[in-house]
Amino acid sequence: MKLRAILALAVYAIFAVLASWWMAQQSYGWFPPEATAEAKLIDDLFSLFTGLGTFVYLGVIGPFLYALVFHRASKYDFSDGPPIEGSTALEVVWTAVPIVLVLTLSAVSYRTYEKMALQGPQQLVTLPQPQLMQSAYAAPFDSTPQEEIKGALNTAPVEAIDVTAKQWAWVFRYPDQNVTSTELHLPCDRRVRLTLHSDDVLHGFYVPAFRLKQDVVPNHDIDLELTPTRPGTYRLRDSLFSGTYFAANQADVVVQSLADYEQWLADAATQTPTAAYNPAAAEFSTYQGRAVQGWRSVPPAAPPLVNYAPKRSLESPPA
Amino acid sequence: MTDVTVTPASINTSQPYPGAPDNWKRFFTFSTDHKVIGIQYIVTSFIFFLIAGLFAMIMRGELITPDADLIDRTVYNALFTMHGSIMLFLWTFPVLVGLGNYLVPLMIGARDMAFPRLNAVSFWMVPVVGVLMIGSFFVPGGPSQSGWWAYPPVSLQNPTGFWLNGQMLWLLAVAISGVSSIMGAINFVTTIFRMRAPGMGWFRMPAFVWSVLAAQLIQLYGLPALTGGAIMLLLDLGFGTSFFAPDRGGNPIMYQHFFWFYSHPAVYVMVLPAFGIFSELLPVHARKPLFGYRVIAVSSLLITFISGIVWVHHMYASATPPWMRMLFMVTTMLVAVPSGIKVFGWVATIWGGKIRFTTPMLFSLGGIANWLFAGITGIFLGSVPLDIHVNNTYFVVGHFHYVLYGAIVMAIYAAIYHWFPKMTGRMYYEGLGKLHFVLTFVGTTLAFFPMHAAGLMGMPRRVASYDPEFAYLNVITSIGGFLLGVSTLPFILNMVSSWIRGERAGDNPWRAIGLEWLTTSPPPVENFEEIPVVIAPPYGYGKNEPLVANLRVEGG
Repeated sequence: MKLRAILALAVYAIFAVLASWWMAQQSYGWFPPEATAEAKLIDDLFSLFTGLGTFVYLGVIGPFLYALVFHRASKYDFSDGPPIEGSTALEVVWTAVPIVLVLTLSAVSYRTYEKMALQGPQQLVTLPQPQLMQSAYAAPFDSTPQEEIKGALNTAPVEAIDVTAKQWAWVFRYPDQNVTSTELHLPCDRRVRLTLHSDDVLHGFYVPAFRLKQDVVPNHDIDLELTPTRPGTYRLRDSLFSGTYFAANQADVVVQSLADYEQWLADAATQTPTAAYNPAAAEFSTYQGRAVQGWRSVPPAAPPLVNYAPKRSLESPPA
Repeated sequence: MTDVTVTPASINTSQPYPGAPDNWKRFFTFSTDHKVIGIQYIVTSFIFFLIAGLFAMIMRGELITPDADLIDRTVYNALFTMHGSIMLFLWTFPVLVGLGNYLVPLMIGARDMAFPRLNAVSFWMVPVVGVLMIGSFFVPGGPSQSGWWAYPPVSLQNPTGFWLNGQMLWLLAVAISGVSSIMGAINFVTTIFRMRAPGMGWFRMPAFVWSVLAAQLIQLYGLPALTGGAIMLLLDLGFGTSFFAPDRGGNPIMYQHFFWFYSHPAVYVMVLPAFGIFSELLPVHARKPLFGYRVIAVSSLLITFISGIVWVHHMYASATPPWMRMLFMVTTMLVAVPSGIKVFGWVATIWGGKIRFTTPMLFSLGGIANWLFAGITGIFLGSVPLDIHVNNTYFVVGHFHYVLYGAIVMAIYAAIYHWFPKMTGRMYYEGLGKLHFVLTFVGTTLAFFPMHAAGLMGMPRRVASYDPEFAYLNVITSIGGFLLGVSTLPFILNMVSSWIRGERAGDNPWRAIGLEWLTTSPPPVENFEEIPVVIAPPYGYGKNEPLVANLRVEGG
């Protein structure tokens, strides 16, 4: 009997490990494509969490369901179960194991975060920053993306781009060329530094394919650094609720080779600024004279005047 | 305005005890009986649950297609704002306060709460909050459209220009609700500290009382921050101050700190009583003592402390510096430890027991399974790099609906079924109850599980329109949402009809151990003819030991 229990437990443990491994592999397919070096790091971390999370889930739900199936009272059995009130050994184990687990996950997350080197909103901090960032942990994952970031940082100048969010439009400005655009063009395999401003309320800069997000705060410029690694067209979304046309506040992000990118910049610089198509303003204008209207909204800003204002609808695949 | 439809109260229960008006009208009076107030809380908040649920179903109707075509964007924004606000401030908080109100004095052997009149005042502020919230639909410009967070500057924009606008009413409602809850918290904490029956030491208190104590302590330290934040925002909106208005030199991020300093622990204010309910119900319906009772009890207080230092995990993507992100990541992850201890304890409780699948047991088991899943996705959200991707997406919406609906609402249903015979003296219909459970569990899974997938693909929360590629997941979610709407029908039918003509249940239909089961069903005014003297810990199943010295002998 004892042996059978141990065997059953061993079989279930093997099943749980295999299932967790499988889920960890599957998790890569739950995301949009990886378009930055940072995305790779985050997907690896997510895979680790998925694997461990699945194992914990199965580890608890297995005995739980087993008890529900096999430890039920028969119809006329009104007796009580055994009066077991606890077990110090078990309780110590299931306190200690989660502590170790969550501290490990914190440490691995910390390591990933450090590799991402996002910059972030440091200028808002007035306190001296404690040096929490020590690379004391062994690299848990493939360190190629990190090397790529380093390589990109070392070999090329960082592209600085100003990003302005407003109700409800995104405007991108390339200060060196003095080019403005409603589409964000980025060079592939280069470190890019975005400086995020807001003209009115809080917004969120979020490109799901980049796995990166940063809220945009009025009166503060926030830097966000990233390294695009995969040419293509991606979707930028406003991620922090910004009022009536929040859902329509999107833009295309085009990652292209350095040559194409420079060509695009040179072409755009020759264009005279024109009013870009703006979904929020267009939708708002259809309200004039409509019979059924909602409550009154903050009017959208006028369509931005930009050098590069290409098209009416977004081209990027949504995910 | 919303009070007139209090249905289940309109049933004549006979309580021929001195001083008690023996009819349903007492539920509409300024009664100071904690049991009347408890039921007033539960019924009132359930009506708001239905209203806010209706809002959710309209929203799911909008989201069943990608375009914003069913309702105007402003209406959608108002609906998600009011859905969240009403669900939290007028359903989850008050219904749990109602359960606590009903049960805590009975469970600790007290005749009433420590401050009965304050208790009634706290309750009667709830309809005021409700009138303000619902009334805001009828002011020019409509209700608040800034989300239940009411983050400035959006919440300060006031496009209609009217001084008395929906946002103003919303802030007033939140401030009043805060005052009501703080008064309730003072009452609960005092009652639990001072009014326990002789012999009821700390480690003889039922786990539910521990969890209510832990939750109400959070209200005491946390709510002043939110209430203060709401008042400052009100001053910014209506009186030209500049606490949070960036165009006048204020700092909108500061508001987020005020807001989340309370509103994250608020999740524990809601989930701790749910944990307490699971801890109460499993021993009764599995006929075994609560496994590791002391550790489960103390882990509630541990959650009280840790939950006070995790709020910045809602703000990883805000203007939050890296050191703060890392610090709060560690504290957030640590909250998983006491929550995990409870789950392991529950599994060990049912292990080897004599389990009966009664309706309250089914809701408890379903709630625990959902909580396990929600807890694990919660750890994902605590990790800064992962949160930077999924923050403000449907992954978060899925996570907290698993907590709030999957675990907390399930626990509330479990508690209502379990103590229904105590409250009314009658038994509910088991078949309708099981139907209710199946609809609720399937609806929860269909509605909230696909949200995680949509979030990982990058669908932001609070959008009235979305890209066609997310449509598939949203259709499933909408179907689940409508199913959850349908699931309330057997519940209402069950409660109303059983209260009118259910079978007489007797004083202790579950053969449960606990002071509340030693008195009559429904209990008399002032609960006990003689205050019980407690001589044993709360979960003596299988031990055949008496719980109290002076009342009827309680066998196992």
